Amino acid sequence: MATKLLPKELAKRPDRLSPGHRLCAGCGASIIVRQMLAAIDEPVVLSNATGCLEVATTIYPYTAWRVPWIHNAFENAASTISGVEAAYRSMVRQGKIPEQDVKFIAFGGDGGTYDIGLQALSGAVERGHQFLYVCYDNGAYMNTGIQRSSATPLGAHTTTSPAGKVIPGKQQFRKDLTAIMAAHGIPYVAQAAPSQWRDLMKKTRKAVNCGGPAFMNVLSSCNRGWRHGTDETVEITQLAVDTCYWPLYEVEEGVWRLTYKPREKLPVEEWLKRQGRFRHLFRPENRHLIDRLQEEVDRRWERLLRLCGEA
Amino acid sequence: MAELKGWRDIPIGGMILEAGNATEYPTGTWRAFRPVFGEAECIHCFQCWLFCPDSSILVDPENEKMVGFDLEHCKGCGICASVCPVNAKVIKKADEELAQDDPRLCIRMVEEGKFQE
Amino acid sequence: MSKFEALAGNEAVATAMRQINPDVVAAYPITPQTSTVQTFANYVADGLVDTEFVTVESEHSAMSACVGASAAGARVMTATSANGLALMWEIVYIAASTRCPIVMGLVNRALSGPINIHCDHSDVMGMRDSGWIILFSENGQEAYDNLIQAVRIAEHPDVLLPVAVCQDGFITSHGMERVEIYEDADVRAFVGEYRPQWSLLDLEHPKTYGPLDFYDYYYEHKRQQVEAMQHAHRVIQEVAEAFNRTFDRDYGLFEPYRLEDAEVAVVVANSTAGTAKVVVDRLREEGLKVGLLKPRVFRPFPAEELAEALAHLKAVAVMDRSISFGAMGNAGPLFLELAAALALRGVRMPMADYVYGLGGRDILPREIESVYRDMLRVAETGQVERMVTYLSVR
Repeated sequence: MATKLLPKELAKRPDRLSPGHRLCAGCGASIIVRQMLAAIDEPVVLSNATGCLEVATTIYPYTAWRVPWIHNAFENAASTISGVEAAYRSMVRQGKIPEQDVKFIAFGGDGGTYDIGLQALSGAVERGHQFLYVCYDNGAYMNTGIQRSSATPLGAHTTTSPAGKVIPGKQQFRKDLTAIMAAHGIPYVAQAAPSQWRDLMKKTRKAVNCGGPAFMNVLSSCNRGWRHGTDETVEITQLAVDTCYWPLYEVEEGVWRLTYKPREKLPVEEWLKRQGRFRHLFRPENRHLIDRLQEEVDRRWERLLRLCGEA
Repeated sequence: MAELKGWRDIPIGGMILEAGNATEYPTGTWRAFRPVFGEAECIHCFQCWLFCPDSSILVDPENEKMVGFDLEHCKGCGICASVCPVNAKVIKKADEELAQDDPRLCIRMVEEGKFQE
Repeated sequence: MSKFEALAGNEAVATAMRQINPDVVAAYPITPQTSTVQTFANYVADGLVDTEFVTVESEHSAMSACVGASAAGARVMTATSANGLALMWEIVYIAASTRCPIVMGLVNRALSGPINIHCDHSDVMGMRDSGWIILFSENGQEAYDNLIQAVRIAEHPDVLLPVAVCQDGFITSHGMERVEIYEDADVRAFVGEYRPQWSLLDLEHPKTYGPLDFYDYYYEHKRQQVEAMQHAHRVIQEVAEAFNRTFDRDYGLFEPYRLEDAEVAVVVANSTAGTAKVVVDRLREEGLKVGLLKPRVFRPFPAEELAEALAHLKAVAVMDRSISFGAMGNAGPLFLELAAALALRGVRMPMADYVYGLGGRDILPREIESVYRDMLRVAETGQVERMVTYLSVR
């Protein structure tokens, strides 16, 4: 019997990520990792792309990981775990090691996933390795100091898309990576957020038990890059969900399903105004960018509703 | 801080053999704000445990009780206080701007410098 | 009983891979390596091996998957050439520093650009500081034998470093030759079972691989790699002795050919050494005291043994199939390193470098002969007129 998704039950097992890691106070990434790993009863083996989560959890000679963990490089968390998984399958098949229902999971940030690691991820899921790839998406290269990635929202100030006198922040919309992964036709793809912890945990369980490659895109607040208080992480993450900037859904064997529908779809502004990275958008001359972003959020939301049979 | 070892005395390849030894590294020194636990108010819902980015909520799993904070490692982000449903209730009931160190809260955030036992 | 087969070098390598039966192979096709992975894919498809064959989408992922599989405790192999190796680059270093005993068949090809699919050694020379053990092979037989030995060298507990086994693209990778193939059981017994001391899949003892390593420990980990390389020097010779006892083929750090009483010699690696031997024989018939030294182990570089083997000569020419652009005299890397090795051991003699065969340009016996005749003159006069010659360039 799987452990019930009740915090008191889940807390009975020691954390798989120890304290003493050096992620910033209020980081969303370790919340995601803790919640997801708490939801999995089976043994796990992890790979981690270069990025905040990787560097902050394993500053030699310390490691915060209580489970097997490997970091190789930035763009290859998926190909690295594919090698680990292939080794496991080969050696189990040959009777060299026992079969133990190991769950293989790769963690990467949006830089390591949307951008530099996209090819390795696409290849690894196409090959059908049994693993879950988790993108903790904080919408920029936070580890190197907040540079824009293809996950950065339109209008956001980053250090390589600064809000300048002529160009007011990032000029492009976020790449819809979750849809790209769904287009691979793999058994399970989902978008989630830690503010909806039960939804995140349920999806995690489905993902690691889907019998093939799975992908989850999980929104991860970075208070340094997003510019908000360290205690506002959960609230602002939930605003991204309630404004439908970050809808929660899953694609199971090709069937799209909305897993959360906000009672009232809030204007995207409600999410933007809580973050310093969008401050410049509230100047009158940049107002049109908020409108553009709202239009795009609406367009994608409508499309998602249609795909999910809700429109 | 551990004493620095020579190349003969460490595992090859950068491997770390002691899983979770980061607990030896005190991140509690980063704290500007300290969470203070109001045991009487706590409903032991474990929301703080669910959302703590630093695995620093101490719980008694057998008796299913929240028992306090791992101040060796807590970085004082204040997420525990922000997700606490008791706090939310108190704040709503107070019908006023409530200071984050208000004694009515289940988890209060107190400036480290001003904290007194 | 072993048997002789007519095999191209790549087929010989694929045969060794079948006999070694690695747990995981991750590889991507690239000319002229392709027939290795194709042949091996047939073995997988026909159930002749237990290998998980990971057909990656790039060489970068090939080496990444190799590192993951090796960390997981598997015996792992791959194969590539030139641009493929270049795309692996970042992970080539990580494989060595993570101490993954991966074995790679490296079919030497010119590294662009412009793009060229034919043989030279610019690909392997780029990896010479990466921490890999590098072995050269004159022909398919040597590529086959080296690959078998590479497994034991790489996995030796005192070494635990990856090994690249080189052969010349097209010239030997596709050239059909007579290759002695040993009994499957004998090869399997020779390489033995891989019993890694550590494994990522040891769930009872979770380990962290590839942490962030700063100024306080990174240097110590590099020092460990130096130690492993030093051990490799001994282990390579021990494995060669064991190989000789089992399969009756004698390998050393290098192969001297009619060198003992020679007055001048050429140092040249891989297939051209075979052509040079013919030239040596011909010149010997004329009564000229010429010899050859064919390097087998390029990393770790056996400087002391090389200096000793060449000390009695009056002049030495090195033939380099690549250029170290901007290095002293725009010479080749083999020449530069050998010159340093001799000079530092007080072995003084006239030396010259002959760059040849870039991008697969043919090297003819008469050209090698001209090198010998040059050096015979140098031996007489004691004067090197030109330190670096680019043979047969127009």
